[in-house]
Amino acid sequence: MSMDAMRYTDGTVTYPPHPVGPEGGEPLETVDLSEYEATVVTWTVSTATPPGVRAPNALAIVEFDVEGESVRAIGGLVEGAEATVAIGDTVRPVHVDELRDPDAGIREPASQSWDGYRFEPV
Amino acid sequence: MDRVAVVGASMTQFGQRDEWILDLLTEAGQAAMADAGIAGPDVDHLYVSNMASGEFEGQTGVANALAQDLNAVPAYTARVDQTSSSGGAGVYQAWQSVASGASDLTLLVGGEKMTHRTTGESTDVIASLTHPAEYKHGVTLPSFAGLTARKYLTRYDAPRESLGKVAVKNHRNGVDNPNAQFRTEVDLETVLDSPVVADPLRLYDFCPVTDGSAALVFCSESVAREYADDYAVVSGVAGATDTHVVHERSDPTTMGGVVESGEAAFEMAGLAPGDVDVAELHDMFTILEFLQFEDLGFAEKGEGWRAVDEGRTARSGDLPINTSGGLKSKGHPLGASGVAQVHEVYEQLTGGAGPRQVDDPSVGLACNVGGFGNCVITTVLEEAGA
Repeated sequence: MSMDAMRYTDGTVTYPPHPVGPEGGEPLETVDLSEYEATVVTWTVSTATPPGVRAPNALAIVEFDVEGESVRAIGGLVEGAEATVAIGDTVRPVHVDELRDPDAGIREPASQSWDGYRFEPV
Repeated sequence: MDRVAVVGASMTQFGQRDEWILDLLTEAGQAAMADAGIAGPDVDHLYVSNMASGEFEGQTGVANALAQDLNAVPAYTARVDQTSSSGGAGVYQAWQSVASGASDLTLLVGGEKMTHRTTGESTDVIASLTHPAEYKHGVTLPSFAGLTARKYLTRYDAPRESLGKVAVKNHRNGVDNPNAQFRTEVDLETVLDSPVVADPLRLYDFCPVTDGSAALVFCSESVAREYADDYAVVSGVAGATDTHVVHERSDPTTMGGVVESGEAAFEMAGLAPGDVDVAELHDMFTILEFLQFEDLGFAEKGEGWRAVDEGRTARSGDLPINTSGGLKSKGHPLGASGVAQVHEVYEQLTGGAGPRQVDDPSVGLACNVGGFGNCVITTVLEEAGA
């Protein structure tokens, strides 16, 4: 299990990985963000969630510092974290076996059987 | 270069409609053709702006079906999909078809049929445009709005009430639009006390789910008077993208696609933000009106909220925004919205906006946003003779 970001030949890093970096660099190596802590850039609690998604669904955009490179990611907050979270808080990724019900919603079930990471305040 | 003119326009009643997509498109198409005094055989190109008739209704092939039902065969036709900015993309496509000389007369019809689905299902159809890295977390377009609104209010020390005032203003404008989905005023307290949808945003910060259609007729300015005594000119139009993965943007409160398309459209028109007299902005969420107001250059970053706070964007203000009621009150049938925005600007520039008419505008702008700023079309229009 890993939360793979991509480092490109020009030093930039993105999550998720892309075939080409934001400044045009070639993919060089993956970086496992689950080994890093991140800072909350902003957050929300979504109450009008689509089929197959938990309700309410607390979400955050967070920023990792990977050896001086800013890398942003979006993900859910662990249950209950919305009660205390604030912009600027430190969080860490924790693995979740199933992010949403793959049998619900518009996408093909086989295309959305996802595990992944949510963020837990440190 | 001979400029491209808009010589006819229409929109259907927006709201909950019994008709399916093809009938909605036909209704708007026929009305716009009647407005321009043309018939099906006059149409060289027919573009249909629509995001998801297949996903909403199981109906594909709408462009070809519409060509026959408007008696436009053998006109060239294509469906234009750019998610929520499909309508604006259709305007760009229609402009290109005439400007290039490929078409002498182009009909653009935008529409969407959504309300037969539950809100959750509609939300999911729209959310499916997001990158899997976003979608897998249950991210929706409203949740992006909540994330962005919190950042904006915090960073720029803007009062929560200023977002509510966007809803109050646009609902007030919608009262005077007979085709709007909502024709009721709301007060600030109602907005601020409505149920939370994506904290800090509440129900009245969001546009509704809507059925409807709108249409425009385009030709070269040199022949515009054959179709209409009064017309508008597309003097600038441009589209641009931003990162598809929203969180990868360095500034969550800036929409790069709005900045880029706005600058290009103004440059093409030879105009500046200060020249604009009336504008339709993509207020799918109240916060988006601030972001576009700033990213188009009407205010400095972080200062856009002051314009609504001071009444400058009201119909009586110096830059009226969303006189149609906006997506907020008029409704947001995805593929129709960008077309309906230009319809409102056209009505304003030709003096046909009735009780919504602002005082003698000569330059209007429409900004149509797809995804969460993932793709954007900005169109600048001028009154005939300008």
